[in-house]
Amino acid sequence: MNLTNMPIGESAKVTAVNGNNQITRRLMEMGVVPGASVRMIKSAPFGDPLEVRVRGYHLAMRKSEADQIEVSGPQSEVLGFKPKM
Amino acid sequence: MNPKIINATERRSDADDEKSSIRSAKSEIVVALAGNPNAGKTTLFNALTGLRQKVANYPGVTVERKEGVWKLNDGAARLIDLPGLYSLDATSFDEQIARDVLTGKLAGVPKPDAIIAVVDATNLERNLYLVTQLLEYKIPVVVALTMIDVAEKQSLEIDTKKLSELLGVPVVEVTAWEKKGVDELAEAVRAAEEFQVSGFKFQSDTTETENENSKTDASEIFARYNFISGVYQESVKHIQTEERSFSEKIDRVLTHKFFGLIILTTILLLVFQTIFSWANLPMDLLESGFGALGDFARTSLPEGLLSDLLVDGVIAGVGGVLVFLPQILLLFLFISILEDTGYMARAAFLLDKLMSKFGLHGKAFLPLMSSFACAIPGIMATRTIENPKDRLATIMIAPFMSCSARLPVYALMIATFFAGQTVFGFVSLGAVLILAMYALGIVTAIVVAWILKRTLLKSTPPPFVMELPPYRLPNARNVLQSMFNNGWQFLKRAGTVILAISIILWALTAFPRSADGDASQAISQNQIAPGSQEPTVTGDESCGCSLPDEGQIAEAEQKAAEEKQGAALRNSYAGRLGHFIEPVIAPLGFDWKIGVALIASFAAREVLVSTLSIIYNAGKDANEESENLIQAVRDAKRDDGTPAWTPLTAVTLMVFFVLAIQCMSTVAVVRRETNSWSWTIFMVVYMTALAYAAAFLTFQGGKLLGFG
Repeated sequence: MNLTNMPIGESAKVTAVNGNNQITRRLMEMGVVPGASVRMIKSAPFGDPLEVRVRGYHLAMRKSEADQIEVSGPQSEVLGFKPKM
Repeated sequence: MNPKIINATERRSDADDEKSSIRSAKSEIVVALAGNPNAGKTTLFNALTGLRQKVANYPGVTVERKEGVWKLNDGAARLIDLPGLYSLDATSFDEQIARDVLTGKLAGVPKPDAIIAVVDATNLERNLYLVTQLLEYKIPVVVALTMIDVAEKQSLEIDTKKLSELLGVPVVEVTAWEKKGVDELAEAVRAAEEFQVSGFKFQSDTTETENENSKTDASEIFARYNFISGVYQESVKHIQTEERSFSEKIDRVLTHKFFGLIILTTILLLVFQTIFSWANLPMDLLESGFGALGDFARTSLPEGLLSDLLVDGVIAGVGGVLVFLPQILLLFLFISILEDTGYMARAAFLLDKLMSKFGLHGKAFLPLMSSFACAIPGIMATRTIENPKDRLATIMIAPFMSCSARLPVYALMIATFFAGQTVFGFVSLGAVLILAMYALGIVTAIVVAWILKRTLLKSTPPPFVMELPPYRLPNARNVLQSMFNNGWQFLKRAGTVILAISIILWALTAFPRSADGDASQAISQNQIAPGSQEPTVTGDESCGCSLPDEGQIAEAEQKAAEEKQGAALRNSYAGRLGHFIEPVIAPLGFDWKIGVALIASFAAREVLVSTLSIIYNAGKDANEESENLIQAVRDAKRDDGTPAWTPLTAVTLMVFFVLAIQCMSTVAVVRRETNSWSWTIFMVVYMTALAYAAAFLTFQGGKLLGFG
């Protein structure tokens, strides 16, 4: 599932941050890396940008940016991600 | 893919020798202050340095350079405040500058002896990301843990000792506003050489990352966060509860889909209203103060060139600079309060969709909002926009926001031609016109931004990704400091230019000095210049009496002095320039006298008012509310005897002033901020062309429709 499509109030784990660009980089630097849990807080008055909670703080991003983030719900199997600690 | 922590003991011994030799040569140590935005870095910087700080710019770029002196028990440290950073990957100017400072590459800034990494205890994981990067610079790092009290309230218990152990650097809990932990921090920094500089290295293992992400950068970031997760789990005892935070509760209202926008509009209105009304008193005081100073200088100095230069050039110029200071201080007072509380990020969040439709970033709203007071701080404020093209687009349209300097122009035109008139019987026509001028500026800005972002400044949309920091009470000291720093920067940057231009424009209006200078005083007013006959008539009319008494004689003398001033201006280079451009501005309904005022108002828009007063002999101290001037404008005649002004001319002039870049200081600031003459010239040319076209359409269209 895409982060953009995640319903408000839901939490999920990031499975992948797609793309290879400045946006991906910035998102990952801000802590949105595979394995991090995110919660959808709200969308702005015109439907965009979105506000999510990640690593204990609030992060705003445009839908086009959230599109690059793949998440999976807490129940579903975490695919494509192996913790490498 | 574990981080490889290298205990670089061998390398340290070299560094030690080098360090100690440097240390003996200089008494002060250099300490860099690094940290995430909103981590409490500014508060700490202010607490450590007090008023011993200076703000400038890094050469060539517009990243703010803040430095201060931090008094230690046994000496002093030169504290370099790095820009707020999330990362050191050099994708923005800020990050590039920070890297250059840490590697000692930046001219004039010595390589730091130690780094204080400011870490927000309530946001440990993301804050530690930057720390993992700082650890790689082979400079001793001391972590200053801020917001400890807030963390405790959130039932976050941080084991500082454990954290220090895991990171391999000292961790000091600091509550800056109480100065708690400041001494410990000083000790830790002083002892910086005693502890190990562990050569952190997060190397990406290419074989492992191939199937994960093609970019090695990503795996490096991933590795850092893996390390951080480990540190976090071991050093933070109470995992943060996921219950709704205080900020989230406030945000339910403040970023509400409907109420959020209403509240934002209300806040903006309040801010502007306050800026305009509060700034009035100090501005009036400054104006009359400089007026009095000018009068004093005029009476105490022998009449002549020096006195004129001093009074009309220097004193008037300095006054012209300082008069903007109250507004700028108030604007930055509000901006820093909005920023400190965390609301500014919400405003950008609320408005991003709207702004992005025109190709602008949500953050552009702040500089544009500031530009309603004055484009100069507005353009300065575009630095918050990371993407250069977004920033440039915002700079290019900022002067369309009707700044406060246009208000005197609007006010004079309205007081002269539309006073007391209403629309629908109760709405004042003046208010409608002012609103229309503001709207014209905003709409033009939107259209120009839209065009620019599709042509010259075309780029893929830059990331919006932005932290929404928790709401906090603003720190009075930070707010005042920011206000003071920005005011000072304005004085230094725009001030010097405004002063220089004032003197040049004074010279344009004062030279050539008429040969019959002093003699003309004795000559009857009517003989001075052919163009000066009508104001004399005006004077007689407005007098409306037959028997001269003492007051009238004094009045007549004053009139004579005003006549002389007017004549001198009409004869000056500016007057000649006015004549010269008359054919060009004639289609706009402007005669050469208005031309002179247009030229003079290049110094600053409101100069139009005082120039008109001089040229119409209404006395140069007249302002937009003065009856003399209003009457003089109404009665002004062209050289052929027809009225120089009609209501249509007034509206045309207002339209021209909305769109034209009638402000040399703005031009100077744009040059500084864009670092490019071509963009500056482009701006001057396109804005002037646009203003001319719009004024032309207004005047000719209005005439066709039967107005004027």
